[in-house]
Amino acid sequence: MTGTILEMRSIVKEFPGVKALDGVDLDVTQGEIHAICGENGAGKSTLMKVLSGVYPHGTYDGEIVFDGETAEFGTINDSEQRGIVIIHQELALVPYLSVAENIFLGNERRGRGGLIDWNAANAEAAKLLDRVGLHENPLTPVGTLGVGKQQLIEIAKALSKEVRLLILDEPTAALNDTDSEHLLELLRQLKAQGITSIIISHKLNEIAEIADRTTIIRDGRTIETIDMADPSSTQDRIIRGMVGRDLEHRFPERTSVVGDEVLRVEDWTVFHPTQPGRKIIDNASFHVRAGEVVGIAGLMGAGRTELAMSIFGRSYGKNITGRLYKNGTEIQARSVAEAIDHHIAYATEDRKVYGLNLIDDIRHNITSAALGKLAPQGWVNGNEEIRVAEEYRRSLNVKTPDVLASVGKLSGGNQQKVVLSKWLYTDPDVLIVDEPTRGIDVGAKYEIYTIINKMVAAGKAVVIISSELPELLGTCDRIYTLAFGRITGELPVADATQERLMELMTLDRDQPLPTKELSA
Amino acid sequence: MNAIASARDLIARNLRQSGILVAFVVIVAIFALLNPMFLSPTNLTNIVLQYTYILILAIGMVMVIVAGQIDLSVGSVVALTGAVSAVVVIKNGAPWWMGVLAALVVGLLVGAWQGFWVAYVGIPGFIVTLAGMLLFRGLTYVVLDNISLSPFGGAYYDIANGFLNGLLGGYGVDTFTLLIFAIAVVGFAVAQWRSRQSRIAYQQTVESMPLFVVKLVVVAAVVMWFAYQLASSRGLPIVLIILAVLTIAYTLVTQKSVFGRHVYAVGGNLHAAQLSGVKVKKINFWIFVNMGFLASVAGIVYSSRVNSAQPSAGNMFELDAIAACFIGGASTSGGVGRVGGALIGGLIMAVLSNGMQLMGVPTSWQPIVKGLVLLLAVAFDIYNRRRAAALR
Repeated sequence: MTGTILEMRSIVKEFPGVKALDGVDLDVTQGEIHAICGENGAGKSTLMKVLSGVYPHGTYDGEIVFDGETAEFGTINDSEQRGIVIIHQELALVPYLSVAENIFLGNERRGRGGLIDWNAANAEAAKLLDRVGLHENPLTPVGTLGVGKQQLIEIAKALSKEVRLLILDEPTAALNDTDSEHLLELLRQLKAQGITSIIISHKLNEIAEIADRTTIIRDGRTIETIDMADPSSTQDRIIRGMVGRDLEHRFPERTSVVGDEVLRVEDWTVFHPTQPGRKIIDNASFHVRAGEVVGIAGLMGAGRTELAMSIFGRSYGKNITGRLYKNGTEIQARSVAEAIDHHIAYATEDRKVYGLNLIDDIRHNITSAALGKLAPQGWVNGNEEIRVAEEYRRSLNVKTPDVLASVGKLSGGNQQKVVLSKWLYTDPDVLIVDEPTRGIDVGAKYEIYTIINKMVAAGKAVVIISSELPELLGTCDRIYTLAFGRITGELPVADATQERLMELMTLDRDQPLPTKELSA
Repeated sequence: MNAIASARDLIARNLRQSGILVAFVVIVAIFALLNPMFLSPTNLTNIVLQYTYILILAIGMVMVIVAGQIDLSVGSVVALTGAVSAVVVIKNGAPWWMGVLAALVVGLLVGAWQGFWVAYVGIPGFIVTLAGMLLFRGLTYVVLDNISLSPFGGAYYDIANGFLNGLLGGYGVDTFTLLIFAIAVVGFAVAQWRSRQSRIAYQQTVESMPLFVVKLVVVAAVVMWFAYQLASSRGLPIVLIILAVLTIAYTLVTQKSVFGRHVYAVGGNLHAAQLSGVKVKKINFWIFVNMGFLASVAGIVYSSRVNSAQPSAGNMFELDAIAACFIGGASTSGGVGRVGGALIGGLIMAVLSNGMQLMGVPTSWQPIVKGLVLLLAVAFDIYNRRRAAALR
């Protein structure tokens, strides 16, 4: 099973004014799992679009050799016919169609008279689902399944096309640990069946675990391709290659000066908005003090986002009971506007759907949560607005020529900085950030942590919700664990380890809570 | 950074808006070449008198569309408000202003009714207003008892047919009209100057002084030429004053007010708006109340213009207003669109109707041409947007 299946030589791709790829070389060996690493904007996705024919032959320079033949793909169909299938970060499934219908979408098996034989299709879908280890009825509508399962359906879809080279763009970005683990295991099985994979990922531990070789791309150029079996191929080496500088510490240093309590949540209980009787948050209590970063660790479905959103002006849930105290006095925050008035801010985990108006410009997005500050009489001062936006662009280092550019065109890290700018402009005392570094690259992550540190240094309080435990351990003073809607533990960071946190995060509904390990 | 923008930068930046303006100028030029009567004082006056109601509807419609909704009922609301006004003025002999007031109240009630279903019950505007289209048409028949009422006459008739003229005399050319327009031009120049000074104070990019002056001179020349044409016909139409007031007010509301900005936020990303503290239900409610209000203004203008109220009045007006918005650059998915764009879109529709009538194009061909223009205008807009995106 050796020999090169794919070779891309000095690929150059230019867009008006930007050189996205500037001589990338990539060679992939038959039957391996090959990782591609690079910061956002380094050119990974562009490279894959060149490979799969999204950018047709002739719009780029360089040569692609697939399976010993020069490949000149004009469309995605051309590359798929040769067995190259790409699974994008944003899944391309139709929620209202069944699993089987999705698997064969665009690739329908026609029977007699050109009509689709659904019995045969469903039977074949069942076989494919078995191959990817998904035990679901092929007739189930895709929209009722979780992201992890949808990802597996995408792979089943690829298998139905007799894939030889499978390309996965950030496959685990939206998955929880169990689902990620399952997916990686599946890739290993496919490898055993002779399917070559290219995986684009920001999760370096994942790459270390699964990849045979890794190609690092920076600024549209190949930096190096390393053999992961080589002991010198450490995560630090990859990071160094990606950012072009040493990242001695992935988390900026911070000395905490913890002050008085700013926000206290007591006996917070929240029910599901549409399923009566289903408790999403169960009697949760926690607090955060000035100058403190508090983490909330929980698995997907534990209710982390629901907890935060229900506190933030009851933007989630029904029949919410419990008390909120701000600086020691009880407050009401029945709407988002009231929460903002109490200087509570919440930066969502899904910036594209819940955080930003992507068709609008950076300026309007930054001021959208505190427009009143610019409009004392109800009329917005447009010049002052630009000044404010410019100020945040500079201080948070949003990489854009000017604040009138559309937010939709920014990279993930820069979009996240716009989201943070928007909330910083509301002048919050408590900032709740939900997965603040999801889907953004190492360099931008560091900048986001720096912004958070600046906030707490100014005496504000920050709550970080994250599924990445190293992130919580690296940034927080204290960490709460959340499992099935219950706060199951509270640990100062000095006592917390990934193992201890995971133990508390997986505490089942009927298991008794451990005796409190610390009183703050 | 206090940079000076070049003409090319300005065009690139405003391509989205200027594209449609260019299309408008081209259409006007074509008609002017085909028929010299087109730009005559009488005809220009006629265009203003005849099509103002579409422009008024387009102002409200563009806000509805920006918020991500649609209103199919405005034609029926035009009919209903006109009918109510006719019943008050013609049947009961009440003074003209009672009719106006009654129509406005009915428009606001209709808007509140539709806003309630959209905002607080959560039914899409398309469905609520589709129901409203039937509902208010039916109510019009009920109110009018299936017959037309005419004539209004008097002051009510003057709303859409009257002129302000002769106040300062003049020989063949009305001095008063020219004076009002001159004041407007000076006001515009002063506002532009102050805006420019304020931008400079904030160290922002402004166009160079010669370019700024050229822009003002061109605008002033076009406006004053138009004023001269009106002045040498019958003077300043009263509807034009109504339209000007509405245009200025709604441009300010959409571009400068917190409410206006919230409308764009809701249409651009509903969830994000909600989580930024925007009261989405309130915005949706008031959007429809406002549309009801403007539909009643259009209803008054239209009934005054035709000097009667008919059960079938306002038929298909909603489509003209919606077409105006999309020709003017509004996005079908919400969040994008401007009052100015919708007005130019409405003018394109108006000029097309008038131009074709003037040239004696058979009535069967007129909707065909309009349909094609709608399609081409939007295609042209999409093409321009791609080019503008590439230029950035």
